[in-house]
Amino acid sequence: MAAIFRPSANLAAKLILLGTAGAFLALIAWWWGFPRTNYVRNVRWTVDQPVPFSHQHHVAGLGIDCRFCHTSVEVASNAGLPPTYTCMTCHSQIWTNAALLAPVRDSLANDKPIVWHRINNLPEYVYFNHSIHIAKGVGCSSCHGAVDRLPLMSKQASFTMGFCTSCHSNPGPNLRPQSEIFNTEWHRTADTPSPAALMKLYHIPDRNLTDCSICHR
Amino acid sequence: MSDAPASPELALQRRLARAGRNGIRAPRLDDPVLLPGPTGASMTDRVCAIVLRERAFLWWWIAFIPSFLLFALLVVSICYLFWAGIGIWGIGWPVAWGFAILSYVWWIAIASGGTFISALFFLVRVEWRTSINRVAESMMLFGAASAGVYPILHLGRPWFAYWLFFYPNTMGLWAQFRSPLLWDFWALYTYVLASVLYWYFGLLPDLATVRDRATGRVRQWVYGFFALGFRGSDKQWKHFHATYGIMAAIMAPVVVSIHSIVGLDFAGGATVGWHSTEFPPFFVFGALLSGFAVVLLIVIPMRRLMRLEDFITGRHLDVLCKLLITSSLLLGYAYMMDAFTTYYGGDPADIRMFGVRVHGMYMPVYYGAILFNILIPQLLWIRPLRMRQPVVILICLGVIVGMWLERYEIVITSLHRPHLPSSWGTFHATFWDWATLAGTIGLFLSGILLSLRFVPAISMHEMRSLIGKQRGERAA
Repeated sequence: MAAIFRPSANLAAKLILLGTAGAFLALIAWWWGFPRTNYVRNVRWTVDQPVPFSHQHHVAGLGIDCRFCHTSVEVASNAGLPPTYTCMTCHSQIWTNAALLAPVRDSLANDKPIVWHRINNLPEYVYFNHSIHIAKGVGCSSCHGAVDRLPLMSKQASFTMGFCTSCHSNPGPNLRPQSEIFNTEWHRTADTPSPAALMKLYHIPDRNLTDCSICHR
Repeated sequence: MSDAPASPELALQRRLARAGRNGIRAPRLDDPVLLPGPTGASMTDRVCAIVLRERAFLWWWIAFIPSFLLFALLVVSICYLFWAGIGIWGIGWPVAWGFAILSYVWWIAIASGGTFISALFFLVRVEWRTSINRVAESMMLFGAASAGVYPILHLGRPWFAYWLFFYPNTMGLWAQFRSPLLWDFWALYTYVLASVLYWYFGLLPDLATVRDRATGRVRQWVYGFFALGFRGSDKQWKHFHATYGIMAAIMAPVVVSIHSIVGLDFAGGATVGWHSTEFPPFFVFGALLSGFAVVLLIVIPMRRLMRLEDFITGRHLDVLCKLLITSSLLLGYAYMMDAFTTYYGGDPADIRMFGVRVHGMYMPVYYGAILFNILIPQLLWIRPLRMRQPVVILICLGVIVGMWLERYEIVITSLHRPHLPSSWGTFHATFWDWATLAGTIGLFLSGILLSLRFVPAISMHEMRSLIGKQRGERAA
């Protein structure tokens, strides 16, 4: 009887098996890795805005406090975007004819808010409140990064659920003294009170902050 | 009788000679595991001839066409389900688990019975297993396939089915190891995967045999491809036997785990009537019973239609019927304990719910399960009845119906009377409930028929060694 398969069929079969195993591993790696890329999460990708507002200039250069513009961050769920009047506090006096600021002047003249494009977004099924984080010792830069170094605003963290739970499962090391909340350059040093001390200071209860209902209400 | 036979051997041969004239050999209680006559070569010829027939038997088409139509109904039901959602079923509140769960349990039990026969009785080296293990494994395979579609179907959002296993995610989430549902998912897919491998691996030498006997180029190529280059060298046989033994040793506990976990799915819920540690063994007993019943349902027509009376004898029917009685008694014990713990436990909600079974709306379901699963199988204590094939078939069909009723009773009656009377409700199956159930029966039957057509119905390599052993004993 003539042979059904040529000897090369052995090689082909082995290559197919190895290829299938390789493809399977590659699929798992892709599944694991791809959603974590900055490309997918839009991390450090700037967004076109009506006015190319520079946090670097206003925060680091001029020393304006976060709360000057984001006024409700300590008391509300939303940190708040400044109305045109806030911009006009200064820009009615300086750079009044700058071409860059034309949308701001138009906004004031026509009584229409500037439409900024959102950078940090959470799904609607996530309950998030800025004020509780500020009150319990989480600084702005813990999530938003060192915005004082950003000429154009961009997302600085992945804002995946894993990002949230990485802190919720062990908040202590990410807490800072009340005085440092709005310090965008703050880092834990030897002088910083211990995580346990900060947990106690802020009365953070000894309960599971990763319970589903903490964020999904 | 003046011509009393000198030996049982002679008597058997005389009987066979008489029976041979009619062409049909009725099973008898004193049949040996193998009727004398076939040699290894003639057995291989006969089994291969079935697989290598140019055209399928007429009976095969008569059975296959309706089965395949039912399977098509399953495809339609699934498509409509995915399009419209699980609202097309009769489930709602409080009966949120309906046909999907109860049919899943029903199927996985049928599959488990096949594994028991194939793996457990391989480990204890009983000879009668050799004739029916291939059928039992095919049954396990397609029973598991019919069960395996339900966990996906019963999800409200089936496109998130991958949420059932843990997968790399950016949510920082890990599996909930305390939930039996997680373990159920693992156990089921471990079982399905292991079943496929076990079935396929045991098939390799037989596929090689068919390959060597095939004449057409296509068959040579297809069987040759799936035989994976098995040539029957000493080295290959050595590895084969070692691996097959290990696989059987793995399958035996896996099959207990799968059905125990299914039981724990129920026991883990604080639902009326479910919250009992009895459930895992209770479910395993049911799996044994329905598995043995379905093996009998396949084996009895098969031995006749495929002319395998030499290999599937009265001895096999006798053993399987005895196993059926045994598992039926085990299940009867579980039923008794179910009732006993309810009334001894004294929980008002439990007793109220149980009352609906014993003297309420669901009486037919409860007593139907007892009748078909416990009482009627006791007829098989009567020895001659075990050889009456129509009777055995009817009893087995009754068991299959009874097992389904048992799951209906467990799933539906428990859910329809929760603790709060304000939440009481009822369940009415819809057309699509029935269509999906009928469709999985089509899937199972189509699979079994295809495997009977294209796969050697008897494990030829094991049968050859059994024949060789028996001939050796007879010669000695």
